[in-house]
Amino acid sequence: MSETVIKCESVYKIFGQNAKKMLEEANGNVDAKTFQEKGCIVGVNNASFEVAKGEMLVVMGLSGSGKSTLLRCISRLTDATGGKIFIEGQDLLELNNKELIELRRSKMGMVFQSFALLPHKTVVENIAFPLQIKGTNTEDSINRAMEMVKLVGLDGRENYFPRELSGGQQQRVGIARSLAVEPDIWFLDEPFSALDPLIRKEMQDEFLRLQEKLQKTIMFITHDFDEALKLADRIAIMKDGIIEQLDTPANIVLNPATEYVRKFTEEVPREKVLIIEDVMDASSKDNLGDLKVSKDEIIENVAEKILTQEKLVGVVDSNNNIVGSIKPSKIIDTVFGGRKNGS
Amino acid sequence: MQYLKKYPKLFQWLFLLIVFFALCFAIEVPETYKFIRGQAEFVKDPNQSVYFFLGKEVRYYAFDVFWRLPPLLGWLPIWINDSLFFLMNEWMPMEFWNEDTQEFKTRPLLLQISRNLTAFMTFLIELIREILLGGLETIVAFTSWDFIDAYPWLELPGLPWTIVAAGAAILSYKLSGKGLALFAGLTMIYISIFGQWKPSMQTLSFILVAAPLSFIFGLGLGIAAYKSKRVEKALYPILLVMQTMPQYAVLVPALVLFGVGDHAAVIITMVVAVPPMILLTILGLRAIPPEVIEAGRMSGCTNWQLMLKVLIPTARRDILIGVNQVIMVCFSMAVISAFIGAKGLGFNLLLALNQLNIGLALEAGLCISLIAILLDKMSLAWANKQTDYFGNLTFFQRNKNTIFFAASVLIGIVLAYIGTFIFKGSFNYLFEVPHNKGISTADFWNKGVDWIFDTFFVYIKAFNTWLIVDVLQPMRALYLRMPAVATLVLAVGAGYLIGGIRSALVVAALTLFIALSPWWDRALVTLYMATFGVIVSCLIGFTVGTLCFQNKKSAAFMLGVCDIFQTFPSFVYLIPVMMLFGITDTSVLIAVIVYATIPATRYTIEGLRSVPVGLHEAATMSGVNKFQRLTKIEFPLAFPHMMLGLNQTIVFALFMVIIGAFIGTEDLGQYILKALSDKNGAGIGLTLGICVAFIGLIFDNLIRTWVGKRKKHLGID
Repeated sequence: MSETVIKCESVYKIFGQNAKKMLEEANGNVDAKTFQEKGCIVGVNNASFEVAKGEMLVVMGLSGSGKSTLLRCISRLTDATGGKIFIEGQDLLELNNKELIELRRSKMGMVFQSFALLPHKTVVENIAFPLQIKGTNTEDSINRAMEMVKLVGLDGRENYFPRELSGGQQQRVGIARSLAVEPDIWFLDEPFSALDPLIRKEMQDEFLRLQEKLQKTIMFITHDFDEALKLADRIAIMKDGIIEQLDTPANIVLNPATEYVRKFTEEVPREKVLIIEDVMDASSKDNLGDLKVSKDEIIENVAEKILTQEKLVGVVDSNNNIVGSIKPSKIIDTVFGGRKNGS
Repeated sequence: MQYLKKYPKLFQWLFLLIVFFALCFAIEVPETYKFIRGQAEFVKDPNQSVYFFLGKEVRYYAFDVFWRLPPLLGWLPIWINDSLFFLMNEWMPMEFWNEDTQEFKTRPLLLQISRNLTAFMTFLIELIREILLGGLETIVAFTSWDFIDAYPWLELPGLPWTIVAAGAAILSYKLSGKGLALFAGLTMIYISIFGQWKPSMQTLSFILVAAPLSFIFGLGLGIAAYKSKRVEKALYPILLVMQTMPQYAVLVPALVLFGVGDHAAVIITMVVAVPPMILLTILGLRAIPPEVIEAGRMSGCTNWQLMLKVLIPTARRDILIGVNQVIMVCFSMAVISAFIGAKGLGFNLLLALNQLNIGLALEAGLCISLIAILLDKMSLAWANKQTDYFGNLTFFQRNKNTIFFAASVLIGIVLAYIGTFIFKGSFNYLFEVPHNKGISTADFWNKGVDWIFDTFFVYIKAFNTWLIVDVLQPMRALYLRMPAVATLVLAVGAGYLIGGIRSALVVAALTLFIALSPWWDRALVTLYMATFGVIVSCLIGFTVGTLCFQNKKSAAFMLGVCDIFQTFPSFVYLIPVMMLFGITDTSVLIAVIVYATIPATRYTIEGLRSVPVGLHEAATMSGVNKFQRLTKIEFPLAFPHMMLGLNQTIVFALFMVIIGAFIGTEDLGQYILKALSDKNGAGIGLTLGICVAFIGLIFDNLIRTWVGKRKKHLGID
């Protein structure tokens, strides 16, 4: 794994009076219920993880699971009650106000669920806003903003006001604004949740295209498991402030760690999520038939071909070396097996 | 019994009313009591009794505890006076350097502060006034009288009216466009041609100082209150009282603290104009979605940048309404503060009204209203102004407004110069049309008024007599017949039924204050006039509002009309009614009705508008007709908002009733007016003002509590 950009060490966020004191007394053993009785609400409970450079970590959870709170702790929009957060090795909680502002101006960008555009500024002014705050002169900032306008495909609408745009277009502005300062770290807080399903899919594809080009380190919050599967390098599933499981999409689908996670994975069409490599048998490379498939193919795309075969199907890597094999029946197992009856 | 269960509230109200009327009939009017005589503090009266409080002599009339409460607060005005006097003249004497006499002088701290503030305000006003009209005080302020004697050419010449008119038009054009530019130009030309230039510019200079200062202070304090709960808590009661305090009442203490003149007027205008600005600033800042604030912080804003570039612009709608209010109050005060010696249109207006020269008053009133509308529109346009980054403009296009203005200055000067040749020996009309030397339509209006009087005298008189004899006097007698105890029970009971113990206690405290002051009778008269005005206003306002709402265009039109009417200084409303009804209670009441109908109409339309579209559609699909939709869907949902309108209507009506004292009504306002010319009037004026404010606050508390509960019940916020 390449260098770590975000690192959290048992981060806690507890709302309410005396939260800090209660956390110390709890001695690392925070129980949401006992805290609630004493008038405190646990937002984030002992979150530890790392995000590598260029990686996209999707935090998934239902409303009230603490996912947005976790993101706000890492962007320090709220101060964590306990634990340590490192951004590129810098201890985030130790930064003074000035350093924090500097960090945000140079390294961080954030996209919000409700777009959070400034209503009195036009599209291009909104996008140029972080630059102007930094002190970039008007001409440079507007030029840079115009580049961003083109990047998110809003050319011709740069002089519109947010209220004159559709939801999808507004979020494009939000995305462009968060990218204007060329941040290394990109926070997205349910960016597509307020959009229509069709627009949402379009924006997700657009987002993947951007990420391919920009290779940012990303923390992406969503309550939509399908969205998480589609976008993530790794997924963290949260419930009541606790990270239930943090793993690659394939592992979460194949080996859900808890009952809660299993519930999400049950409905997931595995053939759309898993790739051949996830289900192949790496030990047997003999007795192969004529068909060869790439290990990076999504099962859905090659299932039909494999199922018509009688013999083992060879799995090859990008250099056409055989790395394993797959039985046609394995495909059937994967798609239909391992589920509860009736589902 | 089943009705009792079904409508418990109804029976509680009925019970309250029964108790109230029982008390009214059970308590006899004491024989010594004569209707309508307030307490006059400084007149000996054989019927008066005396008691001493803290060594102060307080006189009062005989009372019967059930009928009228004893004036236990009679000492309050005297005490306020004495404390003010002490603060101004004796408290904290210190050594201060005196520029004029070049020596140290001992002066009380407050007096010194007041003098410095006064000097500062005077300087600001003079500066703007002399740019507009010419003069030498500003130059003198920096140098000395000797200096100006030596170099007399240093005196500021003042701008010719042509330049100011062109400047206003160009500025309007830059801010908004052709329409406003035309309006600005015509307004200025009108003012000039009709010979109102000098007083208009005096008023304008007053406003150009008062409005920005009020805006800055209001915004600053609003931000402070937004940032700190403690500041908000400290400010809140003052804001509440100031909201319903009649503007007259604050004049008197200002007189004591700051003396007579424009500077005192500016300070007092700020006192009145800042509270609504603060409230609206807080309101606007509170309404900002948290994500916008987070977005600002994630963009790397420092606290200052966050406030200036994110929070204030995002809250600009409410802040703009605040600016609008400030301008409104400033113009209102521009007239009222003529009572304490502010120069300008207000002074002319008062003078004309005093002489019953309706025509002159009308002209001055029109001028002040036009300037008010102009400034209001300009401030709105300024706040909505956008910058264009992409225009590939030539030098000329970019600077055309500046160039035009420079050109107009040049032309203006040339014209003024030519004018000196044309109008040799007489007034230079191209420089400034002197007061009363322009065209005047006063005669026309006066003749019109005379004609109306001659022609319709019989009808007007008949209407007037009928209204006074058959409606107003019986109503007034009824109000005065209420025993204090009964009123108290009614108020507290209503408070309890609407808002529980808390409301009951608040209302009781407010009512008791008035009941224990020496002016209970006067308060009842004020209340009767206000009630009459409010009832009629609401009837008109709700009807007009509902009718206009039926059509989108008429609704928008009506809101526009309300906007413009609201910009008129309150005093202006007295002019037309005096034309028709002369100096009677009827005039005041009609002014009250016209003035108070504005909020009633506005809130009705706004309330009806806020009913969600989905509900409309649901109702239509249930097959309601228009009338059913109105009564079953729209009214119930819009009612809370309409009640807020009622609240505003009451405040507006109270204001107008108090101002109406100028025409000579017998309410609290009359005493406030009297206090103005009394050297010990500060305490009386302030106490009276608080009494009026409390009347407003009683209703404010009841209505707001009810609306809050109702909105919660309906699930709208």
